[in-house]
Amino acid sequence: MSGRHDEQDRPPGEAANGGIRVVLPAHLKNLARVRGEVTLRLGGGHDTMTRQALLDALEAAYPVLRGTIRDRATGRRRAFIRFYACQRDLSNEPPDVPLPAAVTSGAEPFLVVGAMAGG
Amino acid sequence: MTRVRVLAGTRKGAFVLTSDGSRATWDVSGPHFGGWEVYHLKGSPADPDRIYASQSSGWFGQLIQRSDDGGATWQPVGNDFSYATEPGTHLWYDGTPRPWEFKRIWHLEPSPDDPDVAYAGAEDAALFRTDDGGAAWTELTGLRTHSSGPGWQPGAGGMCLHTIIIDPAHPGRMFTAISAAGTFHSDDAGQTWRPVNRGLRSQGTLPEDEPEVGFCVHHVEMHPSRPDTLFMQKHWDVMRSDDAGQTWREISGDLPTDFGFPIAVHAHEPDTIYVVPITSDSLHFPPDGRLRVYRSRSGGGEWEPLTRGLPQENCYVNVLRDAMAVDSLQDCGIYFGTTGGQVYASADAGDNWEPIVRDLPAVLSVEVQTLP
Repeated sequence: MSGRHDEQDRPPGEAANGGIRVVLPAHLKNLARVRGEVTLRLGGGHDTMTRQALLDALEAAYPVLRGTIRDRATGRRRAFIRFYACQRDLSNEPPDVPLPAAVTSGAEPFLVVGAMAGG
Repeated sequence: MTRVRVLAGTRKGAFVLTSDGSRATWDVSGPHFGGWEVYHLKGSPADPDRIYASQSSGWFGQLIQRSDDGGATWQPVGNDFSYATEPGTHLWYDGTPRPWEFKRIWHLEPSPDDPDVAYAGAEDAALFRTDDGGAAWTELTGLRTHSSGPGWQPGAGGMCLHTIIIDPAHPGRMFTAISAAGTFHSDDAGQTWRPVNRGLRSQGTLPEDEPEVGFCVHHVEMHPSRPDTLFMQKHWDVMRSDDAGQTWREISGDLPTDFGFPIAVHAHEPDTIYVVPITSDSLHFPPDGRLRVYRSRSGGGEWEPLTRGLPQENCYVNVLRDAMAVDSLQDCGIYFGTTGGQVYASADAGDNWEPIVRDLPAVLSVEVQTLP
């Protein structure tokens, strides 16, 4: 899946005018050469958007992120990557479960987080 | 005017150091890819402004970066290092079978002839090649699928392919080395491989006298003018082969300890070699807290300590396997980086040393380019 995307420094809590908001960890922002949130504007309805589809769209928009969030060989979440949204840890949700409505509406961001580990 | 460029990969980024031919003062740029581990970076002999870098992280995996302007700017290129055939199993530390799993690229070896061609050595051990400047990487499966593969075991640092040597005199001839499988030889540009480990010993750990594999080779070097001669720093033992790896003999001689990681060969004297003795496999620091490079001018056996300018008390750093290199100026320069973040250089073949940068993150690799 692909679609339009943009990135901006958005105040917390401000909706993304229909786009899905993604917050990347600092290293991946640098890699993708973005500063603020990424907003993905995808064709079709977002109501049944899954994590897998969201990450597919993110990687299509920023190919340099391929392999950095999901393992290249298995497609699974990398061990030290976590996913959060709406105050919930979605890391261990199956990838084909629909995302929370507040994420698909753009009211809440989808957070990609580098887990606290190591030094 | 001749210049020298030193490429240092560290635990938290890459640094590029440049100097003129005097090698008296150095400009330092970096960190490039700050916060990421840079196991190795190396320039193309065919186009010295083309540099490949291996950038990795336990969080975010493997990336390859490429510079086309001598390290000033970088562009991420391909990072798909999928094994080309069904990964079989190797032996785990406990002797049980374990599937091959890609972790990172330890070493990048650009082709001497074509800047778009480079080889990459992976953990878990496999060899990859690019023909398009790093956009796509294809595994040369003949090495990983060698019949001895199911019997390979990782060393303490992982089952890494850390040494790739391209023989300039014999087209298609290559050598690789894997911890802790051993050394391998190809005559067909990496399509097929055979182990070349006869004469190596791993006392007390091997059930046979002459096993085909099972050796913790730390690093291998070749002098381009004498391609049948290989020098090896093994886990223990410094070794030499004069028949392209067919047989090996020990040249540890009078070293204070023959444990260590890197080995280097003088640019113009193929029998002058350098090692950095480390106390033991359980004490990864120099004996007596004294950082000493040892030089042999006779191809091994007899060694002299080189200490001038190196710390001779309270020094407990290590020098890792890819962290020593030479330039090719008339007065050959020798360089090495430490886990304490210093890069030391000698502009007179090892007689005198000084740090050309210090307080970097732990240095993982050092490569040197001599530029026209």
